[in-house]
Amino acid sequence: MNRYPFWKYALIAVALVVGIVYTIPNFFPEVPAVQVSTSKSNLKIDSSTLQAVEDALKAANIPYQGEAVDATGVKVRFADPDTQLKAKDVLQQKLGDNYIVALNLLSSSPKWMASIGALPMYLGLDLRGGVHFLLQVDMKAALDKAADRYLTDIRSLLREKKVQYAGVAREGQSVAIRFRDAAERNRANQEIGSAFTDLQVKEADAGGELKLLASLNPEAQKRIQDSAVQQNITILRNRVNELGVAEPIVQQQGSERVVVQLPGVQDTARAKDILGRTAGLEFRMVEAHASDPGALNYDPGKIEAAIGGNVPFGTELVYDSSHGKAEPLLVSKNVLITGERLSDASPGFDQNQRNAVMITVDGTGGRIIRDASREGIKRRMAILMIERGKKEVLTAPIIQSELGSKFQITGSFTSTEAQNLSLLLKAGALAAPMEIIEERTVGPSLGKDNIDKGFNSVIYGFIVLTIFICLYYQLMGVISAISLAINLLLLIAILSMLQATLTLPGIAAIALTLGMAIDANVLINERIREELRWGDTPHAAIQAGYERAWNTILDSNVTTLIAGLALLIFGSGPVRGFAVVHCLGIMTSMFSAVFISRGLVALVYGGRKKLDKISIGQVWKPAVAAA
Amino acid sequence: MEFFRITRVIPFMKYALVFNVISLITFVLAVAFLAARGLNLGVDFRGGTVIEIAYPHAADISRVRSVVDKMNLGEFAVQTFGSANSALIRLPLKEGLSTAQLSERVLSALKADDPAVTQRRVEFVGPQVGKELYENGALALLLVCIGIVAYLALRFEWRFAVSAIAANLHDVVIILGFFAVFQWEFSLPVLAAVLAVLGYSVNESVVIADRIRENFRKMRKASVPDVINSAITSTLSRTIITHGCTLMMVLSILFFGGETLHYFALALAIGICFGIYSSALVMAALVMWLGVSREDLVKPEKRAGSSAEKILP
Repeated sequence: MNRYPFWKYALIAVALVVGIVYTIPNFFPEVPAVQVSTSKSNLKIDSSTLQAVEDALKAANIPYQGEAVDATGVKVRFADPDTQLKAKDVLQQKLGDNYIVALNLLSSSPKWMASIGALPMYLGLDLRGGVHFLLQVDMKAALDKAADRYLTDIRSLLREKKVQYAGVAREGQSVAIRFRDAAERNRANQEIGSAFTDLQVKEADAGGELKLLASLNPEAQKRIQDSAVQQNITILRNRVNELGVAEPIVQQQGSERVVVQLPGVQDTARAKDILGRTAGLEFRMVEAHASDPGALNYDPGKIEAAIGGNVPFGTELVYDSSHGKAEPLLVSKNVLITGERLSDASPGFDQNQRNAVMITVDGTGGRIIRDASREGIKRRMAILMIERGKKEVLTAPIIQSELGSKFQITGSFTSTEAQNLSLLLKAGALAAPMEIIEERTVGPSLGKDNIDKGFNSVIYGFIVLTIFICLYYQLMGVISAISLAINLLLLIAILSMLQATLTLPGIAAIALTLGMAIDANVLINERIREELRWGDTPHAAIQAGYERAWNTILDSNVTTLIAGLALLIFGSGPVRGFAVVHCLGIMTSMFSAVFISRGLVALVYGGRKKLDKISIGQVWKPAVAAA
Repeated sequence: MEFFRITRVIPFMKYALVFNVISLITFVLAVAFLAARGLNLGVDFRGGTVIEIAYPHAADISRVRSVVDKMNLGEFAVQTFGSANSALIRLPLKEGLSTAQLSERVLSALKADDPAVTQRRVEFVGPQVGKELYENGALALLLVCIGIVAYLALRFEWRFAVSAIAANLHDVVIILGFFAVFQWEFSLPVLAAVLAVLGYSVNESVVIADRIRENFRKMRKASVPDVINSAITSTLSRTIITHGCTLMMVLSILFFGGETLHYFALALAIGICFGIYSSALVMAALVMWLGVSREDLVKPEKRAGSSAEKILP
């Protein structure tokens, strides 16, 4: 009686071994490390990178240990933070800007553990310190911009096809075209319809005025929104790489949001500054300037008048500060192309081996640039960066010949200037502005405090609980306590295995789960006592206790699990961290309370044929019952 | 050692009316406070900025206040947080102010005043996020209720499901009532605690419901109140020990878990204490009022193993 089949013991043993192996990495201290990765798609991190890293370190005479290559990059461990910092500088210098060299903390657990995926729990930002941002992509702005682009496109199409129209203007997110006669309107309707498949055109005559309204169809809208988010994510990734963070997370959340998590970042001001550079790019023609008589539209008088407040209609006064001094320029309000049309910008050399910035724009952009440059040779074209309403001219070169989809800007650039300009151009090519709508920053010292506090609350609670349960239920209590400890072990092992993010509420959930898990043991022990009270033999009482308690345990855990799952689905941030651990904890506690404690009981009592007494504390029998 | 030596079945159901009246009064009080004072919603739900700063020495709250006051940021609050060395600054959402840079500005102003200040934590929640978190919280609560009712209705009977959810929602309302009365900050972790309590208390109701069902099978001649009384009495010991154990853990979080988990643990503690009462007394009484009967629970196909008849003393 109360024997346990061999396979069950085997299962318990396997669970224990796996639990221990996956829990152990959490006890190894973290050591300073440097992580080398790359943001360039044409570079691969492999053993040759590792070799380069090792060579660089050896050349600089920096001692290192535990080097490894994995999916996230080359990782090298160091004995102390000073060496780590030195190594970072050396590596960044040797490897150049194509590689990201970031400081990191890595577990000092043996290699074979990491190779079977036995890693320490993945700590959330509130425990390790860092920054969490939730950014919202301004979709209205993205659609407005798209409408603006079509406005220009429609205008040039109508001109090209010689359609007579009275005016083109943007109305909300659609383009309104007014006509003087219906025949022209119908022709325009047809032309627009066949030229731009993304637009839906409808007649919207009002008050005797003939009007067409062209707006984006739903698929195009969705496409623009998706690409706006994707583009922003790409840009954010590039910017995050600039920060040199070891394990950054940049991912889409919902249809128009992006989450950015930067663990271990201490300089939050800089992080915010770099991430928050929400900039747009516009190419416009210069209408007047006062610096170079060799270029067209050299008109110092007009510039002076504009500075005096007399800005001609259709132009605006901006300043080009790229050469150290602010040069006033009058630029057209008509936008040729926006940053969206820009496919690439990179530093390079022109045929005379001078530093240049190579720019590639998409097909439509190329056509527009070609038309504008054909008519505007020797004119100047300004590239403006618009950041939070502030317009800044990045460069305003003179057009030398007819351009196309690929063109280059040369001038008196230094190589750094060329590099910076191309970075700025790329960063400015945002489809839509972003706004930080949620921020959570935790300093590293607070993170450390949180770990200690969370850990303490689990440990102290567990100790008190164990003492009580052992006193109250004696040997059965000890068994309960052991199965509770195994529960804790399995929970930590699963959290480590899944690499689920552990947060402070998550640690609280561990404590709470232990507190709740004891319920199953109490149910069983009370049930056994009750059976004993009514005179069952010890073996029968154990049997009945476990069997009858099982239904109750199942029901009660399922209802708790329902609450946990709801939290998991609807929770965000701290709630989700709590819910993950809570749900996993319910599962492990069901396993350990029933399966493991039963196994232990069988181990202790199962072998004895004749069992007079179970050590479960005093079983009090009511005197009345005997009567 | 055995704490509970109950010689006879305690006639809980005789006082069912009293319990229900007590429940009703506390419930109405909680609702009244919620209506009158409302919850002190934290930055998670209301939006705004929270900045936790620390000094190597005791924080001079009034000085911090005067520095922030000069910045003209609207209605703000400064208080000590956790230890005397740290302070918490709460700033409201303000139209047209670049919220992301706000904490930077406040910190540099404080640094200018006292260079020893360090930033420990910043939380900024925009208005749309706050609203969403609020809605998602409500949705989660709803989903939990539906899920639990459905499960209990399936596993037991609709009367149990309705009674259990009513009894446990009453716990939730009472916890919220406490938060309204004392104007404790209601944040995301507190919401998590409230929902966890809901799940936990239902678990309590399940244990009693399970016993009631079992007793209906065993005690064939007994009246409904007797069956319920016997179920509550025989689970009383387990109820109190379990809750006591869970409470030990929760108190450990309350005492050692630090300021961040303070209200979370507090909500759990209140919930656990009321959970005992509501499951044992409110839920069972409701089941009785709803007119549960033996036929509702004891299905013709009886399970093996529960054939032994026993009558409790």
